[in-house]
Amino acid sequence: MSTFTGIGEERASDREEFTPGLEPQPTWCPGCGDFGVLKALKGAMPEVGRTPDETLLVTGIGCSGKLNSYFESYGFHTIHGRSLPVARAAKMANPGVEVVAAGGDGDGYGIGGNHFMHTARENHDMTYIVFNNEIFGLTKGQTSPTSPKGHKSKTQPSGSAKDPIRPLSLALTSGASFVARTAAVNPNQAQRILVEAIEHDGFAHIDFLTQCPTWNKDAKQYVPYVDINDSEDFEFDPTDRAEAQELMRETEDKLYEGEVLTGVYYRDDDRPSYGQEKRAIGEMPDEPLAERYFDTDYEWERSADAFLAKHR
Amino acid sequence: MTDDELIWRVAGGSGDGIASTSQNFAKALMRSGLNVFTHRHYPSRIRGGHTYTEVRASSEPVRSRGDGYNFLLALGDSFARNPRDGAYYGNEEAKPLAENLDDLREGGVIVYDSGLLDEESVADLDERAEANDWHVFPVDLRTMAREHGREVMRNTAGVACTCAITGIEPETIKSMMRDAMPEKILDANLTVFDEAYEHVQSAFDVDATAVRVPEGDHEEEQVLLSGSDAIAYGAIDEGCRFIAGYPMTPWTEVFTIMSNCLPQLGGVSEQVEDEIAAAALAIGASHMGVKSMSGSSGGGFALMSEPLGLAEMSETPVVLIEAMRAGPSTGMPTKPEQADLEHVLYTSQGDSNRVVFAPGTVAEAYDHARRAFQVAYEYQIPAILLYDQKLGGELVNVPASHFDREPNTDPGSVLTEDQIADAPHDASGKFERFRHDVEDGVSPRSVPGQKGGRHLVTGNEHNAPGHISEDPDNRVAQVDRRSEKLRAIRADLDGDTLNDAYGPEDAEHGVLTFGSQQGTVEEAVDRLNDAGHSVKALTVGELMPYPVEEVRAFLRGVDEALVVEMNASAQFRGLTQKELGTGDDQLASLLKYNGNPFEPAEVVEGFETNIDGDGEVPGNETRFVPAAGD
Repeated sequence: MSTFTGIGEERASDREEFTPGLEPQPTWCPGCGDFGVLKALKGAMPEVGRTPDETLLVTGIGCSGKLNSYFESYGFHTIHGRSLPVARAAKMANPGVEVVAAGGDGDGYGIGGNHFMHTARENHDMTYIVFNNEIFGLTKGQTSPTSPKGHKSKTQPSGSAKDPIRPLSLALTSGASFVARTAAVNPNQAQRILVEAIEHDGFAHIDFLTQCPTWNKDAKQYVPYVDINDSEDFEFDPTDRAEAQELMRETEDKLYEGEVLTGVYYRDDDRPSYGQEKRAIGEMPDEPLAERYFDTDYEWERSADAFLAKHR
Repeated sequence: MTDDELIWRVAGGSGDGIASTSQNFAKALMRSGLNVFTHRHYPSRIRGGHTYTEVRASSEPVRSRGDGYNFLLALGDSFARNPRDGAYYGNEEAKPLAENLDDLREGGVIVYDSGLLDEESVADLDERAEANDWHVFPVDLRTMAREHGREVMRNTAGVACTCAITGIEPETIKSMMRDAMPEKILDANLTVFDEAYEHVQSAFDVDATAVRVPEGDHEEEQVLLSGSDAIAYGAIDEGCRFIAGYPMTPWTEVFTIMSNCLPQLGGVSEQVEDEIAAAALAIGASHMGVKSMSGSSGGGFALMSEPLGLAEMSETPVVLIEAMRAGPSTGMPTKPEQADLEHVLYTSQGDSNRVVFAPGTVAEAYDHARRAFQVAYEYQIPAILLYDQKLGGELVNVPASHFDREPNTDPGSVLTEDQIADAPHDASGKFERFRHDVEDGVSPRSVPGQKGGRHLVTGNEHNAPGHISEDPDNRVAQVDRRSEKLRAIRADLDGDTLNDAYGPEDAEHGVLTFGSQQGTVEEAVDRLNDAGHSVKALTVGELMPYPVEEVRAFLRGVDEALVVEMNASAQFRGLTQKELGTGDDQLASLLKYNGNPFEPAEVVEGFETNIDGDGEVPGNETRFVPAAGD
């Protein structure tokens, strides 16, 4: 039983609890894919049996960063690209809290790319949703790390000379133990994948295609899509790393050819989470660290008793 | 300067065990009843390059490295580059014996390893020895070590020679060796020690030298610690159980100590991908209610600018430490400087809203670390501990009782679930985390997992429940409230400041300094007062919020004050003038930025230059900048 009674309540929750009663009008444009993420997340949380008081939604900067403004839970709207280091420390400090991080493709694959790689490598038990709209939206339409090669924008007037980043491949190579892609236009699949991701004990990365109707008019609305886990065209085992790698590459290429492939690409349910790894080497306590500060019976050690002898 | 002191310099190459040899030597002398103080000089290099440590030992309190040295133990540099004529790095092989030899005091002793060092490589050594009454002892330490153990044991042989010449009881060192050395190398080392000790006694007339170890006695038990140790222990005693970092000299020392200590206490240490992440992790853990810290040195701290601003805006308590080294950019990684003051005070966008403390001594490093956590967690503000390579690495003896304190693990202004239930919530059920109408600007927080404590935290300007808001009235109220915290902290600190006044209160002259130069300045003040001057000193430990009234009171009644700091741009003087709104005609500067900390004699000279008004300091190690109008 947690010192914090918000954690581990034995009760059902519903999606309405995750809707702020005093809901500020979402500032997303009509038709924005971000609404799809919000809807899927609200649907997923009751399904995984979590309540708002035991959920922390950590976001980056951009339209996607405002997700926690419209989602009722504990929320930390951080700075550009830094949602992951804040989120993973939160998980280490109190593993009893459900930690979900979210941000855009510029936030996660550009400015925060180093954190993405290392958080995946460490395999923290958390979910990371990347709103991938292939554009910088909030700053009004600049080329992003996932914009296709040749993409013209005010800051790339001759078109981007760069190949786009490969988000799924990058997650897999870096060490993520759950990698998926879904799309805002497919809310049922999105919710199902979110549930699986949240329930997964490790770093779960979801590349969430979110159309930007204002700044990326050229982009597909991500329809029609194919669910690789469902389609008869794909004979595929998501626990096989080599198969996953191959299909990810194909998926990343096809997106720019107009074919939208989605689904769970990879999962390794045997790999220990970072918390388990740290506890195994004696570098993380069994009881949530945060609770110690609120436990009046805890006996704290002093440096004088623990460490001064070697200085005598 | 007392005559009754030993300043023992052990010089060699990086990787030759200079650090551990000098640490054991210092601890042995401390155990024998002496006060000790060490000064390290080393290159940014794994193997080879001139390295030395000075151990100053006296029966009187020692607060600085002192002036020069009176005993040189020159070991070889095992990894020196081959000497080349005209090479910019000089003859590294000879450096342990040749470098800074002018600083060896008259009557001083030189013991050098004749197995590795060639007397011929030092110009005119015989003549200089005769002119300065130096006593030179060539001893083939290497061969002695090889014969009875392994070559690295020449350090032990050198220490044995030191004992034979200065009169240190062999058992003082040997009992230390028994404590510090692993079984498998102990016996050989003891044999090497005895051989070298007996050799020097039989082969030389040791009574002809006047350099003797003093005798001392401590009234209470002492411990030997560095500033880095003290910072770590202060953090631990405030309940800090989370640290995140990335290696960078010299901050790595605190990170290393914490990484060894925290797992033993059920805490967490994380080495992460960069300093942006490190600071962000500390913020993330603190947000959950865990007392957390991070830190770095100049360049790494620069990367923390953005998360630092997030901590200010989101009012997440966190302690960051900044171990200064010579800059800009990579600068001189292993050399001390105090030139990051303005960086730490003002980095990150917007109106800065942080606390900055600068401990002056090892004992204070513990106290300041504790105070930094108290202020950070009570006032929900980042507190930065600014120190440098000098304070972090110097070893001094401190009474063990200084650390015999009760821990304070209070997470600060966090509500309990019962209190949250009674606290105001908005219509959506969100806890009002950032209310305008609170005492001292502190709006108590809840932490994730607490029932009914849901709120939003953001780096954007925000309203009471934490929602993004650009409403002008709210903006002004929130900025004013965050600023109010600094006013409240200032008032809080005024009752028990971290600043240290020294010398007669009604003195005619003043010396102002901050941070690690405290001991050096105070030693200089003693000498100046002994020489008939009337001088007092103030070491400012609170840099933000600045103790305006205390400094003003200190300067009232003194004509001019000399501001001593280790940088070229007089940053601390600039801060003082800005905070006081005046002072440019009262404050002169004594600056040093050659990579070495001040010696007390340099402060004495700088002071005399100032009051004599001739505007020139002797030598080229320091720079004097007179007050305006002089």
